[in-house]
Amino acid sequence: MKFRTRAIHVGNPPDPQTGAVVPPIHPATTYVQPGAGEWGTFDYSRSGNPTRAAVETTLASLEGGCGALAFASGMAATHCATMLLNSGDHIIAGMDIYGGTYRLLHKICNRSGVDVTLVNLQEPERLTQAIRPNTRMVWLESIGNPRITVPDLPAIVAIAKQHNLLVGVDNTFATPVLMRPLELGVDIVMHSATKYFGGHSDCLAGVLATASPELHKQLYFIQNATGAVLSPFDAFLLGRGLKTLDLRMRAQCESAMRLAEFLQQHAAVEEVLYPGLTTHPDHELAKQLFGGLYGAMITFGLRGSFEDAKQVVKSTKLFHLAVSLGAAESLIEHPATMSHASYDAAARKAAGINDNLIRLSVGLEDIDDLIADLDAALTKH
Amino acid sequence: MADSLFPGKPFPGNMTVPTKTPNTPVASVDPNQPSTTAGASTLAVHAGEARRKALDAVTDAIVCSSTYTFDDTQSVIDFIEQKQPREEYGRYGNPNERVVEAKLAALEGAEEALVYSSGMAAIVGLLMSKLSAGDEIVFFDQCYHRSREFCFKHLARFGVVTHQVKTGDFAAMERAITPRTRMLVSESPTNPHLTCIDLEQFVALGKAHEVETLIDATLATPLNLKPIEYGVDYVLHSATKYLGGHNDLLAGVISGSKEKLESVRHLRGIMGGINSPHNLYLLQRGLKTFQLRMQRHNENGQAIAEFLNDHPRIERVYYPGLASHPSHEIAKRTMRGGYGGLVTFLVKDADWRETANIIDRVKIPRIGPSLGGVESLIEQPMVMSYFNHAPADRERFGITDNMIRMSCGIEDTDDLVEDLRQALEA
Repeated sequence: MKFRTRAIHVGNPPDPQTGAVVPPIHPATTYVQPGAGEWGTFDYSRSGNPTRAAVETTLASLEGGCGALAFASGMAATHCATMLLNSGDHIIAGMDIYGGTYRLLHKICNRSGVDVTLVNLQEPERLTQAIRPNTRMVWLESIGNPRITVPDLPAIVAIAKQHNLLVGVDNTFATPVLMRPLELGVDIVMHSATKYFGGHSDCLAGVLATASPELHKQLYFIQNATGAVLSPFDAFLLGRGLKTLDLRMRAQCESAMRLAEFLQQHAAVEEVLYPGLTTHPDHELAKQLFGGLYGAMITFGLRGSFEDAKQVVKSTKLFHLAVSLGAAESLIEHPATMSHASYDAAARKAAGINDNLIRLSVGLEDIDDLIADLDAALTKH
Repeated sequence: MADSLFPGKPFPGNMTVPTKTPNTPVASVDPNQPSTTAGASTLAVHAGEARRKALDAVTDAIVCSSTYTFDDTQSVIDFIEQKQPREEYGRYGNPNERVVEAKLAALEGAEEALVYSSGMAAIVGLLMSKLSAGDEIVFFDQCYHRSREFCFKHLARFGVVTHQVKTGDFAAMERAITPRTRMLVSESPTNPHLTCIDLEQFVALGKAHEVETLIDATLATPLNLKPIEYGVDYVLHSATKYLGGHNDLLAGVISGSKEKLESVRHLRGIMGGINSPHNLYLLQRGLKTFQLRMQRHNENGQAIAEFLNDHPRIERVYYPGLASHPSHEIAKRTMRGGYGGLVTFLVKDADWRETANIIDRVKIPRIGPSLGGVESLIEQPMVMSYFNHAPADRERFGITDNMIRMSCGIEDTDDLVEDLRQALEA
């Protein structure tokens, strides 16, 4: 079955008890067991829940994993992956990772004695240089944020394998519609499912998927022990969102491409960071890796000051001024003060998160309406 | 307000809690609403929603409250004297319903929409408010069998007379009109024969005799057909189908002018067939992808119809997008986005059992009634809806033993075609 069909049907067999075409939501926290010391399929909802299991089955199929785990948020998922590491271990992360991941690695993981180095993975040889004897993991995003960079994942995986490093990839911006990192040899793929997976700005969720049963077992052990699981109601909403993921993502990518082209010729715009544009340094790589789609996130540098950027993000009528992304509603934000405010000023500068950058999450609205809205906001400025 | 509720604690958000819910029901006067010329997908995402929502949330809150409180006696009196539009009691409406109704009205190009707990609750609510003992209605005979049953068995008990004429036969419809006729009713396209009605003729007939018109456009959806543009008075949808779109909620909607719907809304408040806030939220969420989904349903419907049309085991395909369908010309004129996801077909030289075998061999579409969801569904009308009817009855309604009805979901087109192929060629 093709991707879109699997998104609808895998994990959603009709309910055996009622024939319901949409499986029921199971809010139960505990399950009756056959006998003392005998365990049924489900025992306690933190350890497993039918509604969560259903969406995990769908997610595993979409990412090509042997299994998937659903968490209460993307950060809970990333945290679970970092808990594979022990005190004294070293992790290498990409330069332009999500602000929350930056904060987790530098301000939480360090407390358990895990050391982190940020490396510009746009130049994979720098990864080789940064590897230490205690390096255990490389963490990167398949599309970097907010500069919308595309790392050479096959090259990075090759280096990491030589050094026996685990590779974790945050595939939130790309989604499996564009690429499935596990097929490229990545060990763990992570999603903030709050974004394109849920797709409607109304559920927080995180995902880890892996192709290795052994690794899946280790991650499940951590998830069960630490407890940041996805609620049954949100698992239902997430599964419902996945059914239109392919449609939404393709429509959003198509609109983003047109919007990027529009921005590129706009007088108020200094630069447009979108891998679909031939001017983007990673365009060729993106073309190879993403099957002709380029995502629905665009960052652009305004020809203007910090104040001008603040004015633009305030004046759109369709784009909502908000962090997050991947929703039906288009969003606009100012990375320096919003999504990447958790970075230290110096790290922000090093990652090229300038004050004139504006980030767009392109939603499902009609493209002509989106262009008109942005044009009005830019022209006013 | 936040400060007095939680002294010393800043409210978690960057605005104060609004003291009054911004629940102004008329969407078209809100300057923050997308213009009526906005694209269908823009309307689907934004129409009916306040630009600035409570607590600055991007999505609407689910307001479960069954009742709404007043600050003091004077505000009760102000409300009664209609100085202040606001909520009162859940049966008369709630904030989630207002948003969905405004969104649906915008998509339909109607002044107002009224949402019910199911499609049947919607048509019953409309007919009960518009018809009195001695009144008559006329409808085309290809229609949902429960609508027919309600009219003949139940409206009849209240002294309303129902006439049924052959679908598309306007002369017969005109002959059935008497001075007591109050409403002309049809589906377009009809179920399961997908006959499309010439809406210009339909409306002209109603206007000539000063009779109101109702079109059930569930199978078309407002992406493909907007009956209001033709002057139809009321448009009905089972929103359980394409509008909700995920096979996980029941809802009905009636659209029309504010004036004509006022008494209908009032009666709904008395009869109580209102939808729940949780359900309404799911409907609103479903509508966000309405344009995308419907396009895919249209594409899959057309592809499946063409595949079947060329298949040697198929005797006939009913799909308005096929040149061979008797309604093709009308459909081409009136249906602008596409022809929908429902395809009905007859298997060549097959009895009911052989036809059932094909359905039992299909792997992706599930066997079940209903339609319009992301999951494809398939059924044999003779078994699913007419099993206990006499053969003569089935014949009268054009339900043959070898008929299959498929609701094409949004799955990959090739997957659906291959699945049908293996089922037909096994």
